[in-house]
Amino acid sequence: MRDILPNIRAWQAQGKSVALATVVRAWGSSPRPLGSKMAISSEGDMAGSVSGGCVEGAVVEEAGKVIASGKPSLVEYGVTDDLAWTVGLSCGGTLEVFIERLG
Amino acid sequence: MKQAILDQLARRLDAHETTAIASVLAGPDAGQALLDDGGRVIAGGFDSDELAAAVAASAAGHLERLQSGRESISIDGRTYDVFIEVFAPPPQLIVIGAVHVAIHLVEFARRLGFRTVVIDPRTAFATEERFAKADELLIEWPAEALVRIRITDNTYFALLAHDLKIDLPALEIALRSPARYIGALGSKKTHSKRVAALQENGFTADDVARITNPIGLDLGGRRAQEIALAIIAEIVAIRHGKT
Repeated sequence: MRDILPNIRAWQAQGKSVALATVVRAWGSSPRPLGSKMAISSEGDMAGSVSGGCVEGAVVEEAGKVIASGKPSLVEYGVTDDLAWTVGLSCGGTLEVFIERLG
Repeated sequence: MKQAILDQLARRLDAHETTAIASVLAGPDAGQALLDDGGRVIAGGFDSDELAAAVAASAAGHLERLQSGRESISIDGRTYDVFIEVFAPPPQLIVIGAVHVAIHLVEFARRLGFRTVVIDPRTAFATEERFAKADELLIEWPAEALVRIRITDNTYFALLAHDLKIDLPALEIALRSPARYIGALGSKKTHSKRVAALQENGFTADDVARITNPIGLDLGGRRAQEIALAIIAEIVAIRHGKT
């Protein structure tokens, strides 16, 4: 969180809406620990990461919906998920990400 | 996340204060509370007092272990899906000796989320220009500087001064502290001089065994950057219980 706070503050100062994605559960060989974070702005800016780079694209898409609706979202990514075929968790693990709008 | 929670969290992270956020992730009672290191709610909260109390009790355990976790909390037959995230203060790296290796070590450590403190009384070495990236640069003797610094088991020492007058007082303070790691640069000969001086001052063989020398993982490199990398690699390994 510490490392992405300056980005979040800057985006908010520019009047952008911001969503925050947090890893709230990880199974198997997930590449990032619990609490790993990624911030996404309404203009598509990104900071931080929730995986080794494999689910970030899907998270950005979901973040757009969360920013639009204001409703938080809890999404699971992994081998059992259809998304896995397209985003392909390189590690074979599963992770659950909580995405919420800030402010 | 409400702006009030985000603002308080940012303030507490800046101040290196232990903090937790408890989030009920889904359902009609979804919400968040920001808690201080004692488990007291300081921003946000939950409508139900029972839920608030149960969440606070669970958060207290996580705060004590400084570990985030996911909990199922049941109240009156209803189950709440709760994520408790603990924001622990960053580890602290104290570098004794503002030498060339120290410049690179501070950069690596900072990138890895460490708070860095550099101590050296020699004004030729300890300059703001060389250590702009350090959180604190103390141009003082270690014995003076270290009394003002809180040393915990989340503190790591790298002694790089190569000068007994500077290293020895710092080592004595480090050995009396709960510091997690005490690495000292120098040849076997240099180190045996240090050990002899420490034992003369009453430190036992067990005390002295806490000092890591040679310092750093054996990566084979000899350039300042490579030595700095070897030291920070060793610290990361120790932090994660690997050595």
